[in-house]
Amino acid sequence: MKFQMEHGANSVNEKFKVQNLTSLQNSDPESQIPNLEMEQGAGGNTENPEFDFHLNRRQFIKVAGGGIFLFFTIGDLPAFGQQRGERRSLPNDFNAFLRIGENGRVSLYTGKIEMGQGVHTSLGQMLAEELDVPLDSVDMVMGDTELCPWDMGTWGSMSTRFFGPPLRLAGAKARRAMIELASEHLNTSPENLTVEDGVVYEKSNKKNHVSYAELAKGKKIEREPKGQVSLKKPSEFKIIGKSFARRDGEVKVTGKAKYAGDIQIPGMMYAKILRPPAHGAKLLDVDVSEAQKMRGVQVVRDGDFVAVLHRYPDVAATALSKIKAKFDSPKTGVDDKTIFDHLLNEATEGRVTTHGGDLQSGQQGSKTIFDQTYLNDYVAHAPMEPHTATAHIEGNKLTVWASTQNPFGVQGEVAKELGMSSENVRVITPFVGGGFGGKSRNQQASEAARLAKLSGKPVQVAWTREEEFFYDSFRPAAIVKIKSGITENGRMNLWDYHVYYAGERGAEQFYTIPNHRTTSYGGNAHPFATGAWRAPGNNTNTFARESQIDMMAAKAGIDPLEFRLQHLDNEKVKRVLKAAAEQFGWTPAKGPSGRGFGIACGLDAGATVATMAEVAVNKNTGEVQVKRVVCAQDMGLVINPEGATIQVEGCITMGLGYALTEGLHFKDGKILDTNFDTYELPRFSWLPKIETVLIEDKNSDPQGGGEPAIITMGGVIANAIYNAVGVRLFHLPMTPERVLDALKG
Amino acid sequence: MEETIQFKLNGKQTKLTVDGERKLLWVLRTDLETTGPKYGCGEGICGACTVLIDGTAARSCQTSVKEVKGRDVVTIEGLAAEGALHPLQKAFMEHDGFQCGYCTSGMILTAYSFLKQVPHATHDQIIQGMDDNLCRCGAHKRIAAAIEKAAKEMSLSDPVGERSDVK
Ligand code: FES
Ligand code: FES
Repeated sequence: MKFQMEHGANSVNEKFKVQNLTSLQNSDPESQIPNLEMEQGAGGNTENPEFDFHLNRRQFIKVAGGGIFLFFTIGDLPAFGQQRGERRSLPNDFNAFLRIGENGRVSLYTGKIEMGQGVHTSLGQMLAEELDVPLDSVDMVMGDTELCPWDMGTWGSMSTRFFGPPLRLAGAKARRAMIELASEHLNTSPENLTVEDGVVYEKSNKKNHVSYAELAKGKKIEREPKGQVSLKKPSEFKIIGKSFARRDGEVKVTGKAKYAGDIQIPGMMYAKILRPPAHGAKLLDVDVSEAQKMRGVQVVRDGDFVAVLHRYPDVAATALSKIKAKFDSPKTGVDDKTIFDHLLNEATEGRVTTHGGDLQSGQQGSKTIFDQTYLNDYVAHAPMEPHTATAHIEGNKLTVWASTQNPFGVQGEVAKELGMSSENVRVITPFVGGGFGGKSRNQQASEAARLAKLSGKPVQVAWTREEEFFYDSFRPAAIVKIKSGITENGRMNLWDYHVYYAGERGAEQFYTIPNHRTTSYGGNAHPFATGAWRAPGNNTNTFARESQIDMMAAKAGIDPLEFRLQHLDNEKVKRVLKAAAEQFGWTPAKGPSGRGFGIACGLDAGATVATMAEVAVNKNTGEVQVKRVVCAQDMGLVINPEGATIQVEGCITMGLGYALTEGLHFKDGKILDTNFDTYELPRFSWLPKIETVLIEDKNSDPQGGGEPAIITMGGVIANAIYNAVGVRLFHLPMTPERVLDALKG
Repeated sequence: MEETIQFKLNGKQTKLTVDGERKLLWVLRTDLETTGPKYGCGEGICGACTVLIDGTAARSCQTSVKEVKGRDVVTIEGLAAEGALHPLQKAFMEHDGFQCGYCTSGMILTAYSFLKQVPHATHDQIIQGMDDNLCRCGAHKRIAAAIEKAAKEMSLSDPVGERSDVK
C-alpha cells in the first residue's frame, strides 16, 4: 500500500506533464508534522475491503510534501455508488481533499474528469470562493486513481450538482482552519480575522497579516476543522456567479493539452486489433503470415484476440490489413428498419411508474382521442477523440492513460482483465476529447493492458473511427406510444404513456392531466451495446411528449404556448416558458401557423428548460434549416454563467444532430456507418442563431448544466416543422427523406 | 520505400528517413512527437488533423510525407511566434472557442488559412469557410465568434497574421 512513484512513471509524467503533479514529491520523509491531528476513523479505510483508494491520509501526507491538508467528505448522497449497480462504498471519513502548498497554491484532488464540460473551471470557482483565494491559484488534480479519492465517474450532470455543495463546505472549512492557524500566528482570536485573496488580516489592523503560503511554509498539517462553518451568502459572492474563461484555454489553443493518444513512452508499440465484421460474428480461421513478414511487426495472439504491434500506428494498420480472417456472421434479420418490431416483441413486462385518476373515465370524458407512436433511432456518441489508452507495465505495477469518464472503473476492469490487484493499477486521465456518456465504457483500456502484458512492451490502443462506431454503446433505439385525450373545451383529460427502451428519465409528465399513467418497458434486445448518451432517454421522452401536447393544442385550436400554460401548475416550467417566449417574441397563433415556430419544454438533471425554435422547410428537398433557437433554463445557482451558457449552446448544437440526421444504419449486427460521411454530425452551416436565457435561483443548489437543454431539441424542431408545413414527424431523426415522405402523406 | 525527407517543421529544418508514402499525420505524431494534429476520422472528413503547408491548411491524414519535401509545415505548436500567441489563439481563449479541445488545433489552423485567403471575412463567409471542420461538443458558435474577432484584429494590425516563418 505504500505510495511509490516509480522511476519510470515519474519520468513519463515529467516528460508529458500529464497532470499538474510536479508539486508532489516522494521524498521528504523527515518533515516535521508539527500539528497533526488524527481524527477517529483515520486509517480505518484500509479495513474496508471494497475501499481501494491507495493512500490513507497519513500515507498521503507522508509523500505529498509540505503544506496544509484538508480532508472532507462528500455527504451521504444517494446518487453516488448507486447507479449502474455499483455498490462500492465510499471511504467513511473522507473522499476528497485539498492541499494548500508552501507556495500558497491550492490543489484540489478529485476523481472527476474534464472532458469539455468545464468542471475544471466551475469546481475551482466554488472552492476559490469559499476559501477566499484567487481562482488562478487553484490547481485541479483530476482523474488519477493514485492521487485522487475514489469517484464513481463523471456523468449525469452530477459533478457540479452533487460535488459542488460539499466542495463549497470544504472550502469554507479550510478557510476556517486557516483562520485558526493564523490566529496563533497573529496572536489574536479568530473572530478578529478576515481573509482576502489568500491573506489573513486582522480586521482592525490590516498591517497584522499572514498569507496562506506563509502559514503552510515548512509544515505538514492535517486539519479537519471542528465546529460549524457557514457558506457565503449569494450577496457575498465574488467568484461564484461570475463568468470566467475556461482555465484550460492556453494548453488547448497551443496544442500542449495531452490526450491519451499523445502519451508516448520509450519503446512503446501501437496496436491494431483484428475486429469481427459484425456483432456476434465468430472467428473461424485466421492467417497472419503476411503481416508477420513485415519488418518491425509483432503479431500477438491469444485465442480469438489477434493484434499487430508496430512502433508506428499507420504501419500497424497496414499490417492488420494483411491478415486474412474468416468469420461466421450471424443472420439475425434485424436491421434499422425492422428493429422497432423486434424491440416491441422482445420487451419485458411494463412497470407503471406513475398513475393518477382513472384512465377509463379519462377516455370517456374526452371528445378527441390521439393515439400515436413515436420512434427514435440508435444514436452514436461519436466524440472527436476515439477511445484511446496507453498501458505501461513496470514490475508488478501497471499504469494506464485512458480517455475515460470513469478512471476508477478502468482501474477495476483492467485489474480484473490482467488478474492483478487493483492497487497495483494506476489510471491517469489526461484531457478527454469528448465523452457524452460513451467513455464510461473502457474496452480499449483492457485491450491496451492485455497487449502490454502479452507483448512485454508499453502499448497504445487508439481506436479508428470505424472501431469507434462499431464498439460504441449507442443511445438505444426507442418507442413511445401515447394515447391521450382532450375534452370539448380543449382540456387534457387522458394521458396513457408507454415508453420502451428509453427508460424513465424524462418520462414522468408534469402537465396537469387528471387521468394519467406512465408505463416503462425495458429488455435486453439490442443487437449491440447501448448506454447513456447526453441526457439518456430524456431526448426520446421529451420529443414524444412535446409532440403529442402540440398535436392536441392544434386540434383544440389553441396557441401551443397558451395550451401548455393552461395545463401547468409547475411554476418553474411556467417561468422558463414565459422567459423563452419573451426573448423569442412569441405571439399567439394556433398551429400550424406557417411561421415555422416550435416550442418544447422539459425537466432534466434538476434543471428546467424551455426552448423555442424557428425553422424553414424546403418542400422540394425535405431539408430543414433551423434558423433560430431560444432556450431558457433554470438551473439553480449558476456557478459560471458563461460556462453554463456554453453548455446550453453545446446542447442545442449537438441536439440538431439527433433531431435531423443522426440515426445508425446497421444490418445483422454489422454497423454500416463507419465514418462521418454517412453518419452526419452538425456542422457550422447548420448553426442557428442561439440565444440562451439563464434563470438563476441563487438560493438553491446548482443543478445540472451539461445535458438539460439537449432534451428539447427533437421536440422543438418537430413542432416547428409542423408549424411550418402542417405535417408531423414521428420518427427521429427527421431526415430529408422522412420529411419528404411526411409531406407526401 | 524509405527515403530521406527534409522539410521545415515549425520553423526548424527537419530531416528523417521514412517511407515517403506514410501519412504526414502519423509521422508528425509519432516519429516527430508533434501531437497537436489529431486523428478524428482518417479520411479527410473532420479536419482534426489540419496543418499548414506553406501557409495553407491541409489534412495531414490525407497527405503523404513525401509531398512536404522541401516545404514549410506548421502545426498548432508552431503558430505562436516566439511564444506570443497568435490573434486566433487569443481569440479562441477569450471566446471559449472549444470545449474538449480535441478539434481545436484543426479549427485554428483552418481558420488561419481561410483568413489568409479572405482577410475581411464576414460571419457568413466564416461559417462557409469552416464548414468542413467537425466539432462534436457543439462549440461552433464560439469558434465562429472567435474567428470573427481575430479577423477584425488581424485586419487592423497585420492583414493576414503573416509571420516571418510562415509564408
Ligand atoms: S483525421 Fe484527417 S480529416 Fe479527420
Ligand atoms: S471542442 Fe470538442 S470536438 Fe470541438
